[in-house]
Amino acid sequence: MNIYSASLGDAPSSIFDFSQTYGKQAVWIILSLVLIVILLSIEARFYMRFSSVIYIISLLSIAGLFVFGKTINGATSWYVFGGISIQPAEFAKVATALALAKYLGDIQTNIKLFTNQIKAFMIIAIPALIILPQPDAGSAMVYAAFLFPLYREGLSGIYLILLFAAIAIFVFTLVFGPIYVTLAVFAILLLSLFLKKRNRPKPLLILLIVLAAMAYSFSVDYIFQNVFEQRHRDRFNIVLGSEVDTRGIGYNTNQSEIAIGSGGWLGKGWTEGTQTKGQFVPEQHTDYIFSTVGEEWGFLGSSLVVALFMLLLLRLIMLAERQKSVFNRVYGYSVTGIIFFHFLINISMVIGIFPTVGIPLPFFSYGGSGLWSFTILLFIFLKLDSERMSFW
Amino acid sequence: MRKILLYILIITTGIIFLSRLFYLQVVDTSFARLSENNAIKVVYDYPQRGYIFDRNGELLVSNQPSYDVMAIPRNVKAFDTAEFCKILNISAEDLVKKLDKAKIYSPRLPSIIIPQLTKSEYAYFQEKMRKYEGFYIQKRSLRDYQTKNGSNVLGYITEVNKKIIDENPYYISGDLIGKQGVEGYYEELLRGVKGVKYIQKDRFNRDIGAYKEGIFDTIPKKGKDINITIDGILQAYGEKLMENKRGGIVALEPKTGEILAMVTAPSYDPALLMGRQRSANFTKLYYDTIAKPLYDRGLLAEYPPGSPFKTINALIALQENVVTTEDRFYCNRGYAYGRGRKLGCHAHPSPLSMIPGIAQSCNAYFANVYRRIIEKYDTPQEGMDVWSNHLKSFGLGGYLGSDLSTGRPGKIPNAEYYNRIYDYPTYKWFSTATLSNAIGQGEILMTPIQLANMTAAISNKGWYYTPHILKKIEGQPIKDEAFTKKHITTIDAKNFEPVIEGMHQVYMNGTAAALRIPGIEIAGKTGTAENFAKVNGKKTQLTDHSIFIAFAPVDNPKIAIAVFVENGYWGGRYAGRIASLMVEKYLKGTITRTDMEDWILSHSLEDEYAKPYSGQPFSINN
Repeated sequence: MNIYSASLGDAPSSIFDFSQTYGKQAVWIILSLVLIVILLSIEARFYMRFSSVIYIISLLSIAGLFVFGKTINGATSWYVFGGISIQPAEFAKVATALALAKYLGDIQTNIKLFTNQIKAFMIIAIPALIILPQPDAGSAMVYAAFLFPLYREGLSGIYLILLFAAIAIFVFTLVFGPIYVTLAVFAILLLSLFLKKRNRPKPLLILLIVLAAMAYSFSVDYIFQNVFEQRHRDRFNIVLGSEVDTRGIGYNTNQSEIAIGSGGWLGKGWTEGTQTKGQFVPEQHTDYIFSTVGEEWGFLGSSLVVALFMLLLLRLIMLAERQKSVFNRVYGYSVTGIIFFHFLINISMVIGIFPTVGIPLPFFSYGGSGLWSFTILLFIFLKLDSERMSFW
Repeated sequence: MRKILLYILIITTGIIFLSRLFYLQVVDTSFARLSENNAIKVVYDYPQRGYIFDRNGELLVSNQPSYDVMAIPRNVKAFDTAEFCKILNISAEDLVKKLDKAKIYSPRLPSIIIPQLTKSEYAYFQEKMRKYEGFYIQKRSLRDYQTKNGSNVLGYITEVNKKIIDENPYYISGDLIGKQGVEGYYEELLRGVKGVKYIQKDRFNRDIGAYKEGIFDTIPKKGKDINITIDGILQAYGEKLMENKRGGIVALEPKTGEILAMVTAPSYDPALLMGRQRSANFTKLYYDTIAKPLYDRGLLAEYPPGSPFKTINALIALQENVVTTEDRFYCNRGYAYGRGRKLGCHAHPSPLSMIPGIAQSCNAYFANVYRRIIEKYDTPQEGMDVWSNHLKSFGLGGYLGSDLSTGRPGKIPNAEYYNRIYDYPTYKWFSTATLSNAIGQGEILMTPIQLANMTAAISNKGWYYTPHILKKIEGQPIKDEAFTKKHITTIDAKNFEPVIEGMHQVYMNGTAAALRIPGIEIAGKTGTAENFAKVNGKKTQLTDHSIFIAFAPVDNPKIAIAVFVENGYWGGRYAGRIASLMVEKYLKGTITRTDMEDWILSHSLEDEYAKPYSGQPFSINN
């Protein structure tokens, strides 16, 4: 449990770098401590019982954005009350995790059944689909994290393989073009045909898969070229290395790499980061917070942060695995999956191996909604864990 | 599998992140350099360059503010270009070109539009300044010359070039550096140390304060004021006398080795190499390959010394005990040696002993003396090396090691040299083959400063200090060992007496009898040196160089001087007069023989210098 507080305790030290925002963030942190007390004092049973209600409320709140939402940085994902803006999508993740846990925890649910799979996917997809057009692709993408609890609870591995294959084909299509990708898929499948002695797939199936892959690959190419907006294309091109424009669209990634790279072994020291002070990296207190860590604390500091996240995540899986109830375990896996996705996508983006996607680094990035939602996410699980013996 | 998938993914991700971070932060250092470039601005604070005073504390070089007209292109609003151009005296096309160039360099950063306005130009422009938005004035410090003389001594200031920047990390593009003369040699002393400020910039390139609260910043150190050994009045007088002539004068204070005057002619006003016209003026001076005003003849010109060299041959002969002062030698309008070869001489009484030999500059006398030196030893090689080593003890045939930015070694031959040119031992050579050395011709070359130093060593009866130009730093006399250590010649003091007496007799009844200075006992020696130049690819003899050395007063020498006047015909004609006037000027402060002064000032050698370039056949020595 000290791991959580350690990683949480890390948050202020980096956020203090920003005088103009750190005050606000300090308030959020103090409020989140109050929140923790409240969360821990609520009975665990409450979360399970009211998960449906919470889920519906949060769906309404994100749907309500289309009407009442305020647009900040091009995304209509905020409610503004006085001086405080709240991003309901952050909280929808918690609600979805609870709802999914409740559904899978139901004795009547068997995830191996197709109809149940559909229902589970619906629970995940509805909020994601509402968020996607706001547009907030980053937040929507995180919902893919719910595949982990589903897989853990018995969802066929085919889904994961398909998802992985889809991503792989997508990336390779952009790099090599659809024709080579189709040929490669065909070659891999033929190879598997010869290597596998037992349980060989039928040739017809292989043909179908190749055709599907081809269709997908060509459509990816088509969509990328014709449906995507230029800014999306640029983001991919920069990471894939096919385009270097360090002044325009590639500025973020380039400056972020410069900031991190200039940190060296030990960094420039707290508040001594020249890139941070010069505010060369846009959004450096939110999505690009890790570049500040890299510059000011160097390789030592940034690898410590990575290590802490890894420890936290591994610890969360262990905790999830020791849960007696399915509800708790699914929720635990959801928490792990969500934090893992944030960690994965955010840091990949900051160190230049993933396209720019607006997604915060848990417990580090500036933003009250984010901090609160992760606090809620985590501490509900802690509460569930602390009472794992007492009910059921 | 279901339980461990997430573990595997998390650990894989962690490893990928750590290796990427390791690469970015530790392996690839190019990012750190980029960071320095885009976040930290370095601003330099230039100190005042040290002043230069002469030996009497007269200010020669100070500083003046100059004003660069700067512009930040993006801030420049439409303005009345016609008026602007008129005030600053530039053409409209020029202005447009410069503004465009500035815009290309950077729209946000300042560029120099017009450099180095003078105070009065600036005063006028300043009144109208408010009309020109986006323009401002940057103050710089420039040299302000209080003298029109001594440009070769003082040197000049120029912008550093790429080579200097590469070799010396102190300098950055746009910095100024001293070149040649005192400015060049004492650059580090004069320039001081520039201060540096590190300024943190933000992403719009705006300053947001000192980097790390200024812990790396340094304060500029002012350049040191110096006194040089030059006597400003004597220097100016020397340059005046050398107008319309080519050559060099070096005057030394024998007791200290201090350079009192160092004149090269033709010369130029040091202020020409400063300010807005610097570049144009420099080009003009640089490409004058005939008169070569940038060539310091006092230090660089290697002339055959001619007859003044006889004095040193007399000294060597006395030291080697090959003659006594009483030995007389016959002269029949010259000295015959070998088959029908003769070293010519002019008409004078004969035979002569040493003192009148010097006074009359008898070639036959010194031919005999020289042969005795060389032939004292079993082989001419041995004799030649003994002779050569005596000369080298006077600072001849090698660099003097003075604190002047430039110099030449001259040439003093030795046995090895003659072995080489006569292809010894296939062919033998004897003293007669090198007989021209007896009278300072032949293979011997000396710069005016070497000749002056030799004169100083004679006047001191056997020692000298390395000639130098720096007298005081910030009022404190220099302590540099190179200039405060006595150099002792190989000649005993007693042997100098008859030679000095001979040089005194040069004035009393010898070749310079007409150049006596009333009330001052002076010793000297005339010289007339044959010289050749290539004219249309053919070696052609030109009118002889006029050479003179002198020191005074004889008993307590205060000045030793050497004068070369190119193609001045004979020693007493130009060089002797100039030396005499210079000595009088230095010792008395005034000139009593104004007719002699007028003669020098009114005589020009420009016609003589034009001869080889006229393309016509010409006669010499007339």
